[in-house]
Parts: sequence; structure tokens; C-alpha cells
Amino acid sequence: MKVFLLKRLGFAVFTMFFVVTIVFFLFRSGEADPAAIMLPPDATPRDMEILTKNFGLDKPLPIQYLNFLKNALRGDFGKSFRYNEPAAKVLFERFPASIQLGVTAFFFSAILGLSIGVLSAVRRDGWIDRFGRVLALGGMSIPAFWLGVMLMLLFSVNLGWLPVAGRGEGGLDTLRHMILPVICLSGYPIALITRISRSSMIDALKSDYVVMARIKGVPEPYVNIIHAFKNASITLITIMVPMATVMLLGSVVIETIFSWPGIGRLVVESTFARDYPVVQVFILLITFLITSAYIVADILYALVDQRIRFQ
Amino acid sequence: MASRKDILLEVKNLKTSFFTKKGVIKAVDDVSFTVKKGEVIGLVGESGSGKSVTSLSIMRLVPQPAGKIVSGEIIFNNENLLNKSETEMRELRGNNISMILQDPMVSLNQLLTVGYQIGETFKHHGKADGNLLDKCINVLKKVRVPSPETRVNNYPFQFSGGMCQRVLIGTGIANNPELLIADEPTTALDVTIQAQILQLMKDLRNETNASIILITHDLATIAQICTKVYVMYGGRIVEKAPIKDFYKNPQHPYSEGLIKSVPVLGKRVKRLFAIEGQPPNLLHPPPGCRFEPRCTKAKKVCSQKYPPEIELKKDHQVSCWLYG
Repeated sequence: MKVFLLKRLGFAVFTMFFVVTIVFFLFRSGEADPAAIMLPPDATPRDMEILTKNFGLDKPLPIQYLNFLKNALRGDFGKSFRYNEPAAKVLFERFPASIQLGVTAFFFSAILGLSIGVLSAVRRDGWIDRFGRVLALGGMSIPAFWLGVMLMLLFSVNLGWLPVAGRGEGGLDTLRHMILPVICLSGYPIALITRISRSSMIDALKSDYVVMARIKGVPEPYVNIIHAFKNASITLITIMVPMATVMLLGSVVIETIFSWPGIGRLVVESTFARDYPVVQVFILLITFLITSAYIVADILYALVDQRIRFQ
Repeated sequence: MASRKDILLEVKNLKTSFFTKKGVIKAVDDVSFTVKKGEVIGLVGESGSGKSVTSLSIMRLVPQPAGKIVSGEIIFNNENLLNKSETEMRELRGNNISMILQDPMVSLNQLLTVGYQIGETFKHHGKADGNLLDKCINVLKKVRVPSPETRVNNYPFQFSGGMCQRVLIGTGIANNPELLIADEPTTALDVTIQAQILQLMKDLRNETNASIILITHDLATIAQICTKVYVMYGGRIVEKAPIKDFYKNPQHPYSEGLIKSVPVLGKRVKRLFAIEGQPPNLLHPPPGCRFEPRCTKAKKVCSQKYPPEIELKKDHQVSCWLYG
């Protein structure tokens, strides 16, 4: 197990290095010059030269790359061209807002999706199952931007119960501001978790070991949780761990609709402005989170299923 | 007939059907039989003849939601199991009635230790005092799993098929049930292991004096362990006979065909005997005798009316128009 984890860790480091390299060269292979985008149209060639030199963009690409790697290892990812502040600082200032929304939405969808999915499987064709199927279909097919606007229209504009947009001023106000974005962000995850947990529970409940447990006289709650859900959880780990990561990274659409100051919006804006350092830090963050997520998933698999540990 | 006191299980006119979109499948259609205390019954028949559904009906574990016991009575120790609540049934299962499934490798949960899965039988019947682990080790000892003290903490995937089947048998007899249903306990195993498992079941029966219903399509297995044979075909029992009569003198044409299709060692035949045709489609069963389309001795009445059960002599009944 230790060897296995070390291997995964090594692989994760290699993946991050690889991704960073690709991103570095991809951005610089484009035609657009960040200096040209940042400076006003009436800037002189001299201004242009100074700015280019300031950002280190005048040096040959391989040198730029080595400098970048050297600094990155020290935790310095360069300055944002737009904000003239360390790129990592710019990004991490906005990250908490995304985490706040993402974590809440993940737990909301996990609790709701798992309960509906599992109950649907246990009481097949019951009213929870019917409701769950409608919910799953809706969550999968209704686009978040439409749902967001409609919820806003109903609850904020017409009924006036909830704030239209923004992050609020802490405490209860923040909670009120979070309700609609969290619902929108959770739509698809709830649908997916409901469907997967329902189908993997149904598969598990059909299996011989479940029949055997009943033959032994094991009461239904134990059959459902200890025998069926434990087996179903393997599939759930596979989808839910990466899902959590993606939700943490914010959503451009939802952050834009609800003016939520998260990183999703920041990154899109930075990309259009050719603010490479910010985007690079963001991609490094994604790679880091996703590779760690897979390591977490592997550890969870090994905890649930001993077969993995013995391989 | 035996006195009421000796009878452990009496199945009367049991009908179990599956309600599917295509129609109603009468998997078990009017089946009646008795099992005396300490008796080993063989229930034979080909795949789809209703053997497993009969046993699941006794356990009241017919696959939901399609399957349903439509009518009949299952009298166990003078009580009709069909009138029992789900809670009462749960208390009986694993305690008074137990069952062993066909495929040992998938009948154990791969994510839980063998010890845990044996222990459940004690735990959920209020028999788990402080020494639950010892009890589980004892079960493994009883079914002769080597080094039980360490094996009890192993997972099923660390066991071979034969060892898994031992674990299942051990779980089945853990609480000394009065009735043990073994649904093809040896089909998934290779021949040498089959012999060991059968010997084990024989020994255990002698120790505990439980009644056993052995479900199989393997006539050799029946010969080794059973005292009586019930032959099922198309959801019905066509012949009930003591083991010797069944082998020497099978009365139903289907039983005859079964016996004839067993290869005999040392006897040269050009081609092994096989019963012509296919088992009946239980969605649209033949109107008369289920076996009539494949029967070489069929008469006119056979295709019109299902034959009544005819008692040829004590303990030997057959449902066939040849005798009626």
C-alpha cells in the first residue's frame, strides 16, 4: 500500500510538471501579445518595449521557461499582468468564495442525491423513486444558466424572498445569498448521484450475497447498508471524488449569473486578457486538485475493498 | 403416511408466479410435498423446472417485485409460513430454516470478512454473547476449514471455491436449523471437491439430524445422499419416489429419460441418450401434461388434461396418464 501510494505521488508530480509545461508553451505560441492588449491604443513603441522587458517577455522562450520553472519551485508564479500583483495571490484571494459555494453545493448534492438514489433502489417504483426519476431527468437536462435566471426571476424579482446577486455581508446574509447559486450548481450533480446510486444499489440488491444475507435472517436495514451500499459505494467513489474537485473550482456560468466573486469568472477574464500567470496558477491548481482527488479515491477504494490492498 | 408429529415441512398446492410485462410465468404450479424430520430429499429437474423458486418460496424470498406466491400453504412445524409477518420470517431464516446457494464465490460478500459474515447468523438471532469470534472459529472447524483461527479474519477472495462453499455450509448450519435447503451446492465446484462437500453434508446431517432438501440436476449427487426423490418438470412435481425405486424402476417417462441419459461407466454406446425437444415455455405452458410434447408414450388425453397424482404404492406417486 505504501509503495502504491508513493508511486501515485510520483506520478502526480510528473503529471503536474507535464501539464505546466504544455500550458506554458501553448500560451506563448499564440499570436496575441499581452503587452499590446494591456497598453492603451496610443502607447508608443518605447512603452511597449519597457512593458515587455518588465514581464521578461523579451528573452528567448527556453530561457523564459527555465526562469518560470525556477521561480515556480520557489512558489513564485510571476505577477499578474493585469493586477500587477503575484498571480497566486490574485487567484487565492478569489478562491475562498468558490470553495464556499463548491463545498456547500457538494454536500447538498451528496446528501440529497444519495438519499434519493438509495431510497429509490430500496423501494423501487415507490413515490420517492418516481420523484427521483423526474428530478434526475430535470437535473441532467435543464441548463444551469436557464435554471439560474428562472430561479432569480421567481424568488428574487417576483417574490423578493432572496437577494438577486452578490456574496452578502457575512452571517445570515451570506447564507441567503448562497441559496440560489448552490441550488443551481447542485442540479447536475444531484441528478448524477441519484442515478448512479440508484442503479448501483439495484445491482447490489440483486446479487447473491444480498439473498444470502436475507437467508441468514439479517434485518433489511443491515442488508441495505452493510451489504448493498458498501458494494455500491465503489462506483460512487469513482464519480463523486472528481465531481467534488470540479465543484470546488467554481463555475463560470453560475458565478457570472449571480455575480459571485469566485475563481471561475477570474480565470475566464484572465484568459481573454492574456494574463498568463493567473491562468497558469489556475491550471496548476486544477492539476494538483485532480491528481490529489485520484489519490484520495484510491485510498477510499482500498478502505472499502480489501482486494485492492492485496493486489 | 407418517404421523403429523414426524412431518417437518408440508408444502400444499404451492403456486408461485412471476408477473412480467410479457405475461404471467407460472414458475411453480400446484406443487405439494412433505419433508419428514431428519429426511434428505432430492429435488431434481432441469434448469427452469421450478426447483429454485420452490425453495425460495419456502424461505419467502421470491425475487421482488415480479415474483409472488399466489396461493397454497407452506406448513413448517405446524405453522403456515405464508401467514407469518416479515419480522417473524426473518427470525426463522438462518435460525430454523436455512439455505445454501448455488455459486459460493458470489454468495459471499467480497467486502466483508468471512468471520463477519458467519457472525451475522448469530448476531441477528440474539446469539452473539461475548465469544462471537470463538463461535465463528468453531463453525469453520466444523466444516473443516484449515487453520480457522487465522482464516476467520480473511476475506472471501482469499478462499478457493470449495472453501467458500464450506463457509456457506457452515453459515447454513451455524444455528442448527431444522431444515436446510441446499440449492445445487456442488454445481460450481470441480468433481473432487464435490465429493468432499457431499461427504461433509452427510456428516453434518448425522450430527445435527436436520432435514435437508437437496436441489440438483445431478442424479449422481442424489444417489449418494438422499432417501427420497421428487422430480420436477415445468413447474410441477411429476414423480415422488424412494431413492431405490427411482433408480431401478422410474415410472414417469420424464424420470425414465433422466435415468437413461446418465452415462454408465464401461458401457459403450454410440450416442448418449437425450430427451428430445425443449423444456416448456412457462409463459404459454401446454394445456395438458407439461411433458406431453416431448413424451414418446403420449396418448390423446395427455395433451388435453393435466394428469392427477396416482399412488402406485406407499411413498411412490406419479402424475401420468399411463397409470390413470
